[in-house]
Amino acid sequence: MSNAPIENQAAVPPGSGPRPGTQYYVRFTLGQRYLHAIIGVTFLGLAFTGLPLRFSTAPWARALSNAVGGFGAIISIHKLCAAIMTVAFLTHVGNVAYRIVARREYGLAWGPNSMVPRLKDFQDFFGNMKWFFGLGPQPKFDRYAYWDKVDYWAVFWGMGIIGFSGYAMWFAPFFAKFIPGSWLNVALLIHGEEAILAVGFIFTIHYFNTHLRPGNFPMDLTIFTGRLTEEELKHKHPEEYQRLVESGDLEKYRAERPPLWLNNFGRVVGGTAVAAGIVMLVLMVVAFVKQ
Amino acid sequence: MRWVITLYLFAGLSLTAPAAGLDCLSCHSEKGAGFQASVHGSLGCTACHADIKVYPHPAQKSQVNCAQCHAGTAADVGASVHAHASPLPCLNCHGNAHEILASSDPKSLTYPQNLPRTCGECHGSRQGNAPEVYSKYIDSIHGFALTKDGLLVAASCSSCHGAHKILSSKNPQSRTNHANVPATCGSCHAGPKTAYMESIHGQMLAAGVEDAPVCTSCHTAHQISDMRDVNTQIKTAATCGGCHKDEYSTYGDTFHAQVSALGYRETARCWDCHGFHDILPASDPNSKIAPAHLVSTCGRCHANANASFVKYDPHADSRNGQKYPLLHAAAIFMNLLLASVLGFFVLHTILWFLRARRASSGPAEAGRSSL
Repeated sequence: MSNAPIENQAAVPPGSGPRPGTQYYVRFTLGQRYLHAIIGVTFLGLAFTGLPLRFSTAPWARALSNAVGGFGAIISIHKLCAAIMTVAFLTHVGNVAYRIVARREYGLAWGPNSMVPRLKDFQDFFGNMKWFFGLGPQPKFDRYAYWDKVDYWAVFWGMGIIGFSGYAMWFAPFFAKFIPGSWLNVALLIHGEEAILAVGFIFTIHYFNTHLRPGNFPMDLTIFTGRLTEEELKHKHPEEYQRLVESGDLEKYRAERPPLWLNNFGRVVGGTAVAAGIVMLVLMVVAFVKQ
Repeated sequence: MRWVITLYLFAGLSLTAPAAGLDCLSCHSEKGAGFQASVHGSLGCTACHADIKVYPHPAQKSQVNCAQCHAGTAADVGASVHAHASPLPCLNCHGNAHEILASSDPKSLTYPQNLPRTCGECHGSRQGNAPEVYSKYIDSIHGFALTKDGLLVAASCSSCHGAHKILSSKNPQSRTNHANVPATCGSCHAGPKTAYMESIHGQMLAAGVEDAPVCTSCHTAHQISDMRDVNTQIKTAATCGGCHKDEYSTYGDTFHAQVSALGYRETARCWDCHGFHDILPASDPNSKIAPAHLVSTCGRCHANANASFVKYDPHADSRNGQKYPLLHAAAIFMNLLLASVLGFFVLHTILWFLRARRASSGPAEAGRSSL
């Protein structure tokens, strides 16, 4: 979450990258990678323990619940993951706020390095639509494409809805002092529905956009290594590349080739996450079909 | 002279009516030991075989009429569903005529512990009427208590059906007739009966409502389960839901039901809030779910339950916009949100996938293809 360049990874084994002599650049800091890891693991934990509750009459629900250790175990893991995710989320929000307000990094609030949508994102979206239908070239994306921003803000929206409704149910008698008790009915409904949206979105659209799509298939390791190659930077983020070349800042982001173990770690962890997501998608489909 | 007459009479009687049966046994010796140990052992053979008057007796089979002595019982059986049971109603249950034991004898076919197997001879096989009741009963709390634990007070067949005057449950006189079930069960379960009779279900029955639930409506007749068993408790919501369909459906939407479906005991099922034998409608001030009692009822599980908390509706129906406008609106909003977001991005993803494949297969495609 800081701007510190990635720690120097020495001892580069051969054959861990596309071509020897390939130049790498930092895209995500170690802090950002940890943040993603924590959010990702707790999200999988929440989804895995939430699905048997939301689809409690599905043929697999009871077996899955019993495999984890029954409802008592499920709800404990669910709450633990929720608490960790909340801390990670608030840490991120606090960090961004601190950097914008105290360290005056206004580029985080507005501009090419900000997650805040700009006019260009809408232009890129329509440009990409044209490209889908062969009516024009693909837009030149900047550091964060519009779908990256959708991914990012979807988590914010989900945190607000699922998080608030979840805590409202967790501490229901306490929350009932401030909100009408009938809202607890609404809390369960939106908690479950929003969770289905989050799970459906992450396990299909996020996975496809970042990993499974042609060009990245089977996996984009950038979130694990924090680095991408010069080729990738040039093609996936042409605006950013051009800006960094012109400003001479590109050199600041130079990084060593990621070590083999880190690439393999990313493949194993990422592959497991994608596989877990697909398993949960299948379970959801089974639950819908059998309902 | 007098002693000659006496001797003559004695000799004559001993020939024509062998009172102690000793003479019969000189031929029918195989019946002797069992008969003398039987409840009828003090009687003579001709007490039952009254048609045997001379020796040697006729070759045809002797006609025995139990009603000679057991007139009341025979009349009961005659009026019962077993009146025409073949070959002989009495012996079907009491077994070998010469070896009938008192029902207090542990070896008797009608001893409480043996009775289920005796009745099950007919009502446990495919040939008999109601063939499934034996296996259901044996696995019930009554069957376990009687046959496994040896609790003689546990209900066996005759405890509910009576022994001799067993009537069809369709007969208003029957102990198992719908309207008579609470009295029959209540002859042992007096406490639940009292609570039931004051409940809304009992009031309905007393008012003559035909489908008012009685004991067996919820507990079943033969397959009565131990309510302390978690697996039984988990099934209770479906039992109540057999009649209360809407309430069962809306209960299914709640967290209570989700947890219950996973097999977890410590969650609210119907009777945790409504009570069971003493169940009363919310409009009754004595009801557990009367507004004045909600905080204490919910508070049994939810520590710190307060007046606002109990405004949560455990039967809220998101499909009912009139009664639950906020919940209904939230449901519509979430459905639209899910459909639009997922629909939009799935389409986006498909278009992207198709375009990217085309771009990578066509060499001179317009636009860049490496993304």
